[in-house]
Amino acid sequence: MMTGKDFLSDQEVRWCPGCGDYSILKQFTEVLALIGADPSQTVVISGIGCASRLPYYVNAYGMHSLHGRAPAVATGIKLANPSLDVWLITGDGDALSIGGNHLIHALRRNVGVPILLFNNEIYGLTKGQYSPTSRSGAVSKSTPLGSIDHPVNPQTLALGAGATFLARSMDRHPAHLREVLAASKAHKGSAFVEIYQNCNVFHDGAFEQFTDKKSQSDHAIFLQHGEPITFGTNLDHGLILEGSQVKVVPLAERSASECWIHDERDPMKAFALARMTEDLRPFGILYREDRPVFEQQVHAAHQNSRSFEEVLAMGRTWTVD
Amino acid sequence: MTKVLSHLVVLMAGDSGDGVQLLGSQLIRAAAQSGQDVRTLSDFPAEIRAPQGTISGVSGFQFQMASEAIFDPGDAADVFVAFNVAGWIKHQHKLKPGGLLLASIDGFDARSKSTAGLEASENPLEEAKSNFQVLEVDFKKITSEALKNQSLSGREKSRAKNMTILGLLTWLYGQSAPAMEVDLQRQFQGDLAAANVLAFRAGYHLGETAEWTAFRREVPQRKALPGTYKTLSGSQAMALGLAAVARQLGRQVLYAGYPITPASEILHELARIRPAGVLPFQAEDEIASITAAIGASYAGNLGATASSGPGISLKGEGMGLAVMMELPLLIINVQRGGPSTGLPTKMEQSDLLQALYGRHGEAPMPVMAIKRTGEALDDVLLAAKIAVESMTPVMLLSDAYIANSAEPFRLPDPEQMRRIEAPKADIRRAPYARDEHGVRPWIVPGTPEGMHRVGGLETEAETGNVSYDPKNHQSMVEQRSAKVQAVTRFYGPLSVEVGEDQGDVLIVGWGSTYGAIRTAVESLRVQGHAVSHLHLKHLFPLHPQVIPFMTGFKQVVVAEMNEGQLVQVLRSQTQQVIHFLGKTSGQPFASSELQAGIIPYISAS
Repeated sequence: MMTGKDFLSDQEVRWCPGCGDYSILKQFTEVLALIGADPSQTVVISGIGCASRLPYYVNAYGMHSLHGRAPAVATGIKLANPSLDVWLITGDGDALSIGGNHLIHALRRNVGVPILLFNNEIYGLTKGQYSPTSRSGAVSKSTPLGSIDHPVNPQTLALGAGATFLARSMDRHPAHLREVLAASKAHKGSAFVEIYQNCNVFHDGAFEQFTDKKSQSDHAIFLQHGEPITFGTNLDHGLILEGSQVKVVPLAERSASECWIHDERDPMKAFALARMTEDLRPFGILYREDRPVFEQQVHAAHQNSRSFEEVLAMGRTWTVD
Repeated sequence: MTKVLSHLVVLMAGDSGDGVQLLGSQLIRAAAQSGQDVRTLSDFPAEIRAPQGTISGVSGFQFQMASEAIFDPGDAADVFVAFNVAGWIKHQHKLKPGGLLLASIDGFDARSKSTAGLEASENPLEEAKSNFQVLEVDFKKITSEALKNQSLSGREKSRAKNMTILGLLTWLYGQSAPAMEVDLQRQFQGDLAAANVLAFRAGYHLGETAEWTAFRREVPQRKALPGTYKTLSGSQAMALGLAAVARQLGRQVLYAGYPITPASEILHELARIRPAGVLPFQAEDEIASITAAIGASYAGNLGATASSGPGISLKGEGMGLAVMMELPLLIINVQRGGPSTGLPTKMEQSDLLQALYGRHGEAPMPVMAIKRTGEALDDVLLAAKIAVESMTPVMLLSDAYIANSAEPFRLPDPEQMRRIEAPKADIRRAPYARDEHGVRPWIVPGTPEGMHRVGGLETEAETGNVSYDPKNHQSMVEQRSAKVQAVTRFYGPLSVEVGEDQGDVLIVGWGSTYGAIRTAVESLRVQGHAVSHLHLKHLFPLHPQVIPFMTGFKQVVVAEMNEGQLVQVLRSQTQQVIHFLGKTSGQPFASSELQAGIIPYISAS
């Protein structure tokens, strides 16, 4: 039985001390051990950025590819050998800016790859420019007066692209992160997992209210399929849907069973959850659907291919003696 | 008596919706099958349905058929089939004096003259009569008469006009009517097949009825090499080459492409013929298609991609990654007129310097060029062999001319095709350990105990781990370069296409100019000149004998379809004076213009 440590490569990990990536790497390797992954069948593909250094640290096959292109590389790998266990590691700049197109198409095709997006709302490796997920007004090296851009919402983008699995977790909740990662691997198709990751050098505390134990219960909702959506120190608040409006209600006024029951199969409700970008945000699996997996469909469609000799004989041929 | 000719050049021109290309491909297939050698030149607008009747909307198809081996579609036409006045106006200078103009007069009416930009008072057909023999035929009327009892729309009936013309040309040039009918029945279904055959017959009988026997020409059969043939375009032959690669490598080829003219034809052909072991994948963009191919190569397939013009620029980033990771990859560049969107349907050889040098960093990569359809399959196999056996990306250059030009293609004996041996996934060797040729092992995911990481950061010698060590970078730059230089071991001996190994003038070409240069050099040699033709298949690294070989000639001339690219490369490696003949009009060299361009150098030698 392999342990998480067995899934660490012999390479020195070179993230900044205190970086949220350390926790994600730890939970990732522990999940590999937990699910009984075979290192020789495991392939970790990344783009460019701090997050994308992760494959070097994992005792498996891996490729640190090009900025934004990891979804296309992973698609090629799955088309070449659908039986490999491919994971994709990316960041907010990598997946949502330079690689936005590849992300969209991997999701709508439903390529069988978990896509782990480490969101820190900043470009870290290039030393602190605002990123596509940075909030409007974000002060960074390239926006000293505050950014003007409206941020991209990774969850609604993925849902709109046709993702069949949407989840969110965080670096500072190891148990939750492991649970979500294991679920993403179990999903058949593209599993989009946004992981809130703290960049303590360029954007420290970006997600503090959701990740800090003191404030977490008032700001983070941990979704469970089939369960009422509740939160608060004593689970004393719940969500209800009034039409398409999400409302917070104190549970002193009504019972939990009258709250919105989380249904991860409902795309409209998933959209409503994905739209919660203010001080109260959902974590866990927002959405899940079953749809045929791209690489399996491609190979099935190619079953009746022609031998080279048959291809040569196609069309009008003639013979000269 | 039907007049016998050794060569016949036919040029057809009409609207892009007239079915000129279809008619041409029918005719050349018939000619090739009946034993004539055939070469073609397609010239069509970039627009799918360009404004009707305009000069810019003209679609042209030229072919030469001959009773001996030929290498180009011919220069001046013996016969001109004008579907409309615009087609005639645009290409009339290509008809030989005294040649036959077959004019479809419904395309010469007042409206057609107006859309072609002519005054109503102008009468190009009357003018033509002073220089050419002119046959005026109302093909539209004949077609609608022939189809009057058919339950087709008027539009469908008028579109069968090209079949009537096909019928007449079949009669005029001695092709087999029954074989053509069988072929039409196979290509079309139901009412449309029946109508096309009726229109074809009407055209076939027209010549007889009108007593045009004097215009009939016969091109005798030649003695072709024994074998089985079919007509293929360069792109179709390349697709077949990819199928051959999968067979010879024994691994899947992932072909990832993105729609772009003229490279798309390879993707279409693979999707149509569905060869075993070649998975076609239409990616979301050019970058995705090369990076998916790279992913596939990492996973043990051979990744292949093709593009043209701007698409190749977009792939440059991916090529750099494949060079750094040392993975096999095949990039086909079907060149077209540039820069930017340029002339998407026209030919040019202006990507050579980009292919050689157009990447960031020190990123050497073998570059080859296809010279004719008949060799395209083997060239794809050789490019794949170099890619796999040297663990390197390889670029194979084609262009819009060769991609669309059809010729009789002799099918290979699969047992005699080139073999490809993938480097062993030997986990006892480090992932970047090199063999005697500088080649690393190909250890693919799924190999037990072979786990390693690859990436775009500089790789440490042997291990492949990330390294920022200055000495390591210097050494790896040199190692990658040496590995690519060593691919000359795959080259055959350098030999001229035509001529001796020494003489007055050497013409050096590469790629699809092969036919025009060869034809020009052969003509000059018939005239008694000591001219030879060398055609380079390997543009990088060059064949080691190229530079020494040139010294055997008093004058060396590089002929290429650009502003001087190969010539620059050769000049950078020798003190010898090298002259240049170039062209960037989007139209291929005519052998006559090459001859005219070469003659001054013969006089100077």
